[in-house]
Amino acid sequence: MSVFKLWNFPGGLALPGHKEASTRLALRAARVPERLVFPLLQRDGRNATPLVAPGDRVLKGQAIAGGEDPLNPPLHASTSGRVRAIEALPLPHPSGLADLCIVIEADGKEAAVEFEGIADYRDCAPEDLRRRIHEAGIVGLGGAAFPTAAKLAPGRRRIETLILNGAECEPYITCDDSLLRHRAAEVLRGAAILRHMLQAEQVLIAVENDMPEAIASLERALPEARGENVAVVRVPAIYPAGGEKQLIRALTGREVPAGGLPADVGAVCLNVGTAAAVSRAIVQGEPLISRIVTVTGRGVRRPRNLDVRLGTSIADLVAQCGGYTDEAERLILGGPMMGLSLPRDDLPITKSANCILVAGRGETVGPRQALPCIRCGACADACPAALLPQQIYWYGRSEQLDRALDYRLFDCIECGCCDLVCPSRIPLVQQFRAAKGQAAARQREREQAEHARQRFEARQARQAREQRERADAARRKKESLGKAAAPEIREAIERAKLKRMERPSTTGSRTAPTGSELQPETTDPMNTYSSRQWR
Amino acid sequence: MLAVIVVVLLFASFGLLLGHAARRFRVECEPIVEEIDALLPQTQCGQCGFPGCRPYAEAIAEGRADIDQCPPGGEDGVKSLAELLGVEPKPLDATRGETKPKAVAVIDEPVCIGCTLCIQACPVDAILGAPRFMHTVIAAECTGCELCVAPCPVDCIRMEPVRETAATWRPPEPAAAQP
Repeated sequence: MSVFKLWNFPGGLALPGHKEASTRLALRAARVPERLVFPLLQRDGRNATPLVAPGDRVLKGQAIAGGEDPLNPPLHASTSGRVRAIEALPLPHPSGLADLCIVIEADGKEAAVEFEGIADYRDCAPEDLRRRIHEAGIVGLGGAAFPTAAKLAPGRRRIETLILNGAECEPYITCDDSLLRHRAAEVLRGAAILRHMLQAEQVLIAVENDMPEAIASLERALPEARGENVAVVRVPAIYPAGGEKQLIRALTGREVPAGGLPADVGAVCLNVGTAAAVSRAIVQGEPLISRIVTVTGRGVRRPRNLDVRLGTSIADLVAQCGGYTDEAERLILGGPMMGLSLPRDDLPITKSANCILVAGRGETVGPRQALPCIRCGACADACPAALLPQQIYWYGRSEQLDRALDYRLFDCIECGCCDLVCPSRIPLVQQFRAAKGQAAARQREREQAEHARQRFEARQARQAREQRERADAARRKKESLGKAAAPEIREAIERAKLKRMERPSTTGSRTAPTGSELQPETTDPMNTYSSRQWR
Repeated sequence: MLAVIVVVLLFASFGLLLGHAARRFRVECEPIVEEIDALLPQTQCGQCGFPGCRPYAEAIAEGRADIDQCPPGGEDGVKSLAELLGVEPKPLDATRGETKPKAVAVIDEPVCIGCTLCIQACPVDAILGAPRFMHTVIAAECTGCELCVAPCPVDCIRMEPVRETAATWRPPEPAAAQP
């Protein structure tokens, strides 16, 4: 391997890896459970539309939810069976709230739809390949679950570098490591396909330098990707080197602008697992129905990596790893730094689930009593996004949301470095998440208000128009009556007028009743409506 | 004498120049009504005493109304209005009603007689129906103004608070630091 010039990104921490436990045992396919759950809620609050109904028979690989929205790739049944229900079940979400899920009862037959692969991807236009990737339901498997097809449409921007992210920087997580150890060839095939699609000059596969087996396995497979200009790059094991912006900075020296995309600096960054899924989708025609999940921590008896069908419950995975030990204290989806604490284990594995950490005592930092900020600035030194966490924290706490946004709240990647170095043990990231939620809620409220305003104004305009039209119609009627009336009619009207003037004298004190006296005010809504209609 | 003429001419030409510039380079600023309207919650509930948010915004701009008359906007709304107008914030006028959590109207459909009175009352056209046919509320369009509740002759409309979903959930703030 040639010596590759690496750049530094600001901040970051060297953390103990804790990766040995889960890599001791080889990757194994998890058993197919009897019941699979597929939450419809996708990224950014988008909901997938179900394509099946309760009672339907589904085949392995059949699309069960989705649509044409490029930011909402379809979901597929990960085994054959029957749709038992579409019901609200608890989600693997920090809120712990329930939302609609498709529940499939497996029949154990593993009957699959016919997968159609492409013999040579080079014959296909990038557009066609992109459609296939969307239809295969592929999203980023690094944890953020961003739709891959959308990432592969850089528009007019020229892509020089395709980066495959195997720098699994968060402690405990080893799913990319075990993927590279066991399926390096698949990753390289995916790299070739992606390079063809993006017309990228070079492919860099970034691997942390504490993953020697993965690097060796990749290098063994490298001759297969001859002519594709693929290089394996060792990056220092500094958390969060595997963050997208940090990795691009480390490899290319360029900084992705705030609010911008990697494509703005000529790079596209995808997880190695995503590349392998792309290879399976294009070469074998197989949609994304499984992923590798690390089950680890001192709270689980036999930590290991499992190739898991999507929809499998977490409890099922823990059971396959020997069950919980007495030490088990907290259940975390993801790693100890960025993962989310789960209140229960009957939750399904989704496309974004990379690790189940059953933490023992002292393995994670639980809720703790914070002391006041002493403004030491340690958080700013550790921040890999070069932010000022202490300032954002201050503005977030004092409800000065606009100031927090000015200090680039939304550039925070929630890596947790500031939390870890804070001598006052302030839960900074929790504050940032709360502030982000507030900002998002405010944005939603504004959009709803704008929508209501438009509807109100449209209604007012319509009412004004209707009134005008009614007035016009009444005037026209009057005019046409006055003009077109024949002499006999006019005479008749004159006679009627005369009669009316004569009547009071002939009938004495009796006066003609007026309309309002004849018709007492009606309270029957039906009447009000019909009279209005026939006016 | 000459000096006087020169000064007068100079002043006149500057005056003309400035007058022309004022017209030529006039900056179309957003009228204050628009800015006030943008801060109002657009519930169109009429609790302020005006037939909608826009009329209330106009009344504030003309000095006919105070900034404390909008219960759906809440204290935060008063605060932002005060900030915009450069006046002291004040507590909400309690006689106008109280700030409630966001709710949407729900029609008890079997009871509905199809009278269309609620449709006529709805300021944002969020109720769907026809004479003598059952009506329903389009929840996504409903602002929770409650204007449809009173006209209903069979009392089949109730307000239900908007339930939190995983998509609208907000992470909680951490506990305050102990000094």
